[in-house]
Amino acid sequence: MNELLALALAFPLVLGALFIVLAASTRAALFGFFAFGLFLALAWVELEAIDVALTEAAIGGGATGLLLLRLNARMRRTVSLGQPAGPQLRIVAGLLAVLVTLVLGALLLALPDPAPSLAAATVEPLPTLGISNPITAVLIAYRALDTLLEIAVLLIAVVGIRVMGAERGWAGRPVPWPAAEPSPALVFLARLLVPAGLVFAVYLFWVGADAPGGKFQASTLVAALWLLAIMAGLAPAPRTGGGWTGIALAVGPLAFIAAGAIGLAATGSFLAWPEPVAKPMIVVVELALAASVVVALVMLVAGPPEPEAGR
Amino acid sequence: MIADLLTLVLVPAGAAFFLAGTVGLLRFPDPLSRLHALTKADSLGLGLIALGLVPQAGSIWMALKLLLVWLLVIIGSTAAGQMLARFHLGREAADE
Repeated sequence: MNELLALALAFPLVLGALFIVLAASTRAALFGFFAFGLFLALAWVELEAIDVALTEAAIGGGATGLLLLRLNARMRRTVSLGQPAGPQLRIVAGLLAVLVTLVLGALLLALPDPAPSLAAATVEPLPTLGISNPITAVLIAYRALDTLLEIAVLLIAVVGIRVMGAERGWAGRPVPWPAAEPSPALVFLARLLVPAGLVFAVYLFWVGADAPGGKFQASTLVAALWLLAIMAGLAPAPRTGGGWTGIALAVGPLAFIAAGAIGLAATGSFLAWPEPVAKPMIVVVELALAASVVVALVMLVAGPPEPEAGR
Repeated sequence: MIADLLTLVLVPAGAAFFLAGTVGLLRFPDPLSRLHALTKADSLGLGLIALGLVPQAGSIWMALKLLLVWLLVIIGSTAAGQMLARFHLGREAADE
């Protein structure tokens, strides 16, 4: 029965991928990408990886899809990436993909039963952190440096977007958005969803310690609500330079580095969480990171500034 | 027993609405009728499925969560339907 359900979920994934590759227009491919992200999230749920499913639905499908959609809308003319791939290149690429799939499948079948696992040894020291969701605990305990670098990547992306802004509108607001009077239905939706969604985001952030959820999912939700308010004309798009957005962007990485330094001083290794204060320190760092992620995502989607004169 | 019967009746009924909505989406001639078919499937079909799952929820909180999901989807899909219809009407007016 479970295998049947998994197969039923794998089917739309393959179809969706084919649709995205073969779609006639970029916009159609992008809507295919949204649907693909939802099916991928469902597949992760079926694999009992709820944390990954939430992240995929929020960031993989949702935020990335929105980013691409807005990029597509802002492109005044389509940029050609050189000659379209000829039939030979397509066949070679297809064969390569089939080969990789076959090798992966063969490796999966060749695994001894039970598969070798470090899960027990990994989970064993985690209860000292006071976090009972093993995913969150692994992210903050073993993968803290990765998480720090992830937020650094987001920060660099925001700086990159700011750099792309026209000189006359330097550090100003992104292009006027929405372009036209927003639909009353959208305004109604934003008024209703923003407060309800904020409550859910706080829940998602807090529950991440004990159940699927966490700062990345919660921050993406808050960013989505903020973007909804911007699109409904209820809030202005943030200025790309300076001000409180700059502080919010910096506070996450800075708090993380400060926590790492405290760990270095207390226990002798960077990003080690000294035991009695581990939980409060983690909560503070996660809050700071959440603020940075929200602002970074909103500024990524809003895009580079345009000359103020054009408004 | 009665609870299971309720589930057995309501969930397939909801699925039928989804099927009918999808057929309508594929077969109806103009955007407004397609939208009509789609929003009915969204709100009524999902509502019937959510109601049908309530007896299986196990706790009152889970049941309330199911109904909350239904409520949020109704709000979202209704607003999206309105926006698409307005966009379509605006484009039609621009064409004339």
